[in-house]
Amino acid sequence: MKREDIAPPYTAVARHGVFPEPRHDEAARFNFLANLNKYLSGVLGPGNQMAYERRVLPAFRKEHGRDPQDRFEIRAAMNRDAYHRFWSALKRNSMEMRQQNGRSMVLRQLDELDGKARQYNEGRDTLELHPEVTVPRYQAAVDIHCMPGSYHGEERPGDVSAGANYDCGIFATTAGGLGALSDGGGQALVEWVRKERPGWVPRRILDIGVTIGHNAVPLALAFAETEVTAIDTAAPSLRYGHARAQSLGARNIRFVQANAEDLSRWPQGHFDWVQTTMFLHETSGKALPRIISELYRVLAPGGLMLHLEQPQYSESMPLYEQFIRDWDAFNNNEPFWSAMHALDLKEEMVKAGFSRDDLFTTGVTAVVDDAIFPKAKQDGAEDHGRAASWHAYGAWKKAEAPRAAAE
Amino acid sequence: MSGDDIDWMLRANAKAKGKRPQYFDDPSLDRMLSMLMALVGEVAVLRERTDTIERLLEKNGSVSRADIESYEPDPEAAFERGAVIREYITRIMRGVQQDLEAMKESEPPVEEVSRELRDN
Repeated sequence: MKREDIAPPYTAVARHGVFPEPRHDEAARFNFLANLNKYLSGVLGPGNQMAYERRVLPAFRKEHGRDPQDRFEIRAAMNRDAYHRFWSALKRNSMEMRQQNGRSMVLRQLDELDGKARQYNEGRDTLELHPEVTVPRYQAAVDIHCMPGSYHGEERPGDVSAGANYDCGIFATTAGGLGALSDGGGQALVEWVRKERPGWVPRRILDIGVTIGHNAVPLALAFAETEVTAIDTAAPSLRYGHARAQSLGARNIRFVQANAEDLSRWPQGHFDWVQTTMFLHETSGKALPRIISELYRVLAPGGLMLHLEQPQYSESMPLYEQFIRDWDAFNNNEPFWSAMHALDLKEEMVKAGFSRDDLFTTGVTAVVDDAIFPKAKQDGAEDHGRAASWHAYGAWKKAEAPRAAAE
Repeated sequence: MSGDDIDWMLRANAKAKGKRPQYFDDPSLDRMLSMLMALVGEVAVLRERTDTIERLLEKNGSVSRADIESYEPDPEAAFERGAVIREYITRIMRGVQQDLEAMKESEPPVEEVSRELRDN
């Protein structure tokens, strides 16, 4: 056993001003789940590949006289394998328990949480809710992550239950891999941009699909003079996220209920940096190109577009790996996950207006206080789909538009 | 406490929208596993609570419920408690882990070995 085989304790999770107060046993439930998830991915997870190679693939070859053609054929075959079924059932239960444990902690203290959020939200012009913004089909078709009510559900009008439940359980799902404030992704963005463009201070940042803003707050704190706009369609998550940001001292961030497919309220070239962090896979085949195209329009010349996601399924990625990375799509209510990862995001960015030579990809790993929280590994066993390291698909928009100038 | 308008215990259990995959041929096995895993989790919680009480008693010679609720282990205690959870989980998962190990080699049934030893 190595030290990293043990999850950090739930008591190390930072409690900002609207974080639910965990009782002893509630923290213990998350300690159990964090360690169960480590065990399921680290110890039992490799058994899936073994089952595939030793018996599922040979049986497939015998039956079809060929290898599987895609990840869907592998999934159909693996879903008949006893080991994979049992592992999947355990993992599904772990996700469901995480939701139950989070919701029971949040709902028993909902009055207090709503009260705290109100103190941070009332009278602040940095929270803009627009009830006419409807929840799009891709957010409403199923409850994402098996979160009852998803990001937009309410137990009663105006509450913060959805955001609070999402926030308090990220620790368990990632076994602490995203750090004390579950903001390892946002902190990684700050670290990356400071290395990439030392001294660069964007005037305005737009972060979309922010949910509770955990990855937007590090940007706002790192660039205190920058106007950060954080948008999402889910009011309950924004209410919580705004209160959370305020309590963490991020006052230069405005939470706006808006659908990123239509950014017409912002003029062309308004933002110096447009960002999505683990969001595009929660959209849809038609919405994604519209969003990237709108982001291109509102991005200023010389500005940065960056999308953090798990790696796309390229032709060089083995089909088995594509299959196991697809697990959350079908077992954890991420219905666009599979199709999204099969897209060529670079191609989508070119369609939106970038030239191919504007584009770059890079790896980004969660930045956490690694005295307490585990540092994401770059190789070895990983919890596919949840690893706290991402691929960044980015582009710097040309300062001058040479094609337009030439015309 | 949450307002009387919400039965939070029942609402904590709400079903997520989206048809649940069925993992076993008999759906009651899916149900049994969800109950079993909830129970497995609750035993871990009891064990951790006992550990908290032991540590508080060792340190203070007495314990109150408020002390238990506000207890925060230092890094070393947190690691020891995490290791206890991991040991507990591995004990629960023995059969699954053995299924995994069994895949590594193809073994003949013991009847076959028995016949072999009888005849050799």
